[in-house]
Amino acid sequence: MVSLSINGTHVEVPEGSTILDAARKLEIHIPTLCHLDLHDIKMVNQSATCRVCMVEIAGRRALAPACATPVTPGMEVRTHTPRVINARRVVVELILSNHPKDCLTCQKNSHCELQALAAELSIHEISYAGEMTHHRTDASSPALVREMDKCVLCRRCETMCNQVQTVNVLSGVYRGFNTTVATAFNMPLADSACVSCGQCVAVCPTAALSEVNNVPKLWSLLADPNKYVIVQTAPAVRAALGESFGLPVGQAVTGKMVTALRMLGFDKVFDTNFAADLTIMEEAAELIHRLKHGGKLPILTSCCPGWVKFFEHQFSDMLDVPSTCKSPQQMFGAVAKTYMAKQLGIEPERLSVVSVMPCLAKKYESGRAELNVDGLPEVDLVITTRELAKMIREAGITFNTLHDEQFDQLMGESTGAAVIFGASGGVLEAALRTAYEWLTGKNLEHVEFGMLHGIKGIKEATIPIGDLNVRVAVASGLGNARRLLSDIRAGKAHYHAIEIMACPGGCIDGGGQPYHHGNIHILEKRTQALFNEDKGKRLRKSHENPAIQKLYADFLGEPYSALAKKLLHTTYVKRRKL
Amino acid sequence: MSPKELRADGFKTLEQFIKQFEDKESALIKVLYEAQHIFGYLSKEVMLFIADKLEVPASKIYGVVTFYSYFTTEPKGRCQIKVCMGTACFVRGADQLSRQLENQLKLKMGETSDDLKYSLDSLRCVGACGLAPVVLVNDKVYGKVEVDDISKIIQDSEV
Repeated sequence: MVSLSINGTHVEVPEGSTILDAARKLEIHIPTLCHLDLHDIKMVNQSATCRVCMVEIAGRRALAPACATPVTPGMEVRTHTPRVINARRVVVELILSNHPKDCLTCQKNSHCELQALAAELSIHEISYAGEMTHHRTDASSPALVREMDKCVLCRRCETMCNQVQTVNVLSGVYRGFNTTVATAFNMPLADSACVSCGQCVAVCPTAALSEVNNVPKLWSLLADPNKYVIVQTAPAVRAALGESFGLPVGQAVTGKMVTALRMLGFDKVFDTNFAADLTIMEEAAELIHRLKHGGKLPILTSCCPGWVKFFEHQFSDMLDVPSTCKSPQQMFGAVAKTYMAKQLGIEPERLSVVSVMPCLAKKYESGRAELNVDGLPEVDLVITTRELAKMIREAGITFNTLHDEQFDQLMGESTGAAVIFGASGGVLEAALRTAYEWLTGKNLEHVEFGMLHGIKGIKEATIPIGDLNVRVAVASGLGNARRLLSDIRAGKAHYHAIEIMACPGGCIDGGGQPYHHGNIHILEKRTQALFNEDKGKRLRKSHENPAIQKLYADFLGEPYSALAKKLLHTTYVKRRKL
Repeated sequence: MSPKELRADGFKTLEQFIKQFEDKESALIKVLYEAQHIFGYLSKEVMLFIADKLEVPASKIYGVVTFYSYFTTEPKGRCQIKVCMGTACFVRGADQLSRQLENQLKLKMGETSDDLKYSLDSLRCVGACGLAPVVLVNDKVYGKVEVDDISKIIQDSEV
């Protein structure tokens, strides 16, 4: 332990701690901007580029950045001397002198960390006026926009993209005043190996990185009298939407969300969970088919479009490993534009399927050319949890006092197995619940596989199903997925089934969720919210969903049937590693 | 050799050079240096080749190449004329030398002539401040250069 004092108060912290760590232990607030420490997912951005966290250390001539200065025995730190306060002000004024001042109309208005910092430090004028950097806005991606004039060079996106996700498309380029973060050769993001996971957006302190805003398009769609507009909501949305309205973190707001969506004008409010149950039917059937017919093992889940694009780029020699199942979002669209359209007597051309997703990659996925029904896109428009919150606010709906309503029938019923899709480990657990009963013909009493829960990067287990010991693994975060896949490619790891989610912790941490601003405990509470929803469900196994049983009886035949394969399964594309 | 054969030969040489490194990631700058030596500049194709062989992301290579002014992603002239703009050279009139070179070569700083004969660049201190102002033509150093010397320097470089 190292003993030091901050503002005259004594504190002991482990060796290797920074001044910032020590100050936090004393609950002394030191403002930061570039710093981001997401311990649980092993991401620390300690670039010390912004110089906002400067502090005074007795005996040292220069001020030191608290986030990157290790503590030493007997150190005497002052965090708010006039000199420190002035230095911080100068630093923030200099950052602002090269930052667009269009806060009122900025996407990130009231969620921007730079804006909050300027308010915190009472910056009311900017003493410096000089050249401004001008970068072209990159709007090539269907999921996210890069507006680098708003970048403060904190390097969080780089750390996230390269160290955590190992997607490796972003790098600091050029130098001095011209420095910016860019792709290789400044290529449009859409042409790169970007998987649209949106984790860079999730950690960007400003609006340099933001989601493609589909709210205006959706308002137009809802106003179109010729369109029949239905909506599906992913499981993770209900676990986080309440945060946008100041409700306690981890409070699921399923009923209020359904009510709000009806008030916004959707003709039917359905649940992606319905399609999650359907996914399990297909995926469990595919797993059993592979087990019984000596097919390729392990089977990898394929519901995460970020992960799908990642393996298409990085493991293009292993395209036969992932399940061929489409994601629940796309299965929903495929069934809606065939089965449901027929049931409701609506021409598929007139039907618009909208998704509310915790995810930016879903925006990209919905535009994949092969995901269509007779030339019509399965999903027409995708908005994120954040965009839904914006719409609810725009509509003047007082969300917190809404009563609870139920999803519409036909594609709104779901089981507990579906709701846990939103948290890491959930998809695999849901698949095991069904695969167990189908393989053994017995009732599975204890449906929870606790060792698969939680936001740990890689989880493994061996689960006895009849005479077979099924080896499974769960990875969340693409860096962890890369590790697991590399081991499999090298023949060092052997599993039957693996679940992979691009975002650390799964969809609850999706790039489209309300900003966590570095508070990673939020993720645990969102996870808990989903597992609690599961516990409260009468039916907890996908194959027990009566609406799904009816869908097979009336339309699809049986799982993995020819029609099911045509509508609910897909193929993958070999892509460049760049 | 035809230009095509020269190119193929260049990649072969570069691959041989890369093979000697055990720690591939830390070899990046040496490899880029060698590649520029072989090809004269670092094209996208060359950077992608290095990315593949060193197993380093192309984005990182692009970051390094654009950071160091030594590396160039554009073809350069056979005569690369560089004027030192370090403090000592600058106060001794390096900017006048630059203007003279720009006028005589009809190029701006940073440009290359269409016939790939000349490139004109400025660079930071070369550590020969005693000789200020300094002009470099490829690897040759001219010290205590005066404006009137410029025509001679250009003439010499044509040989």
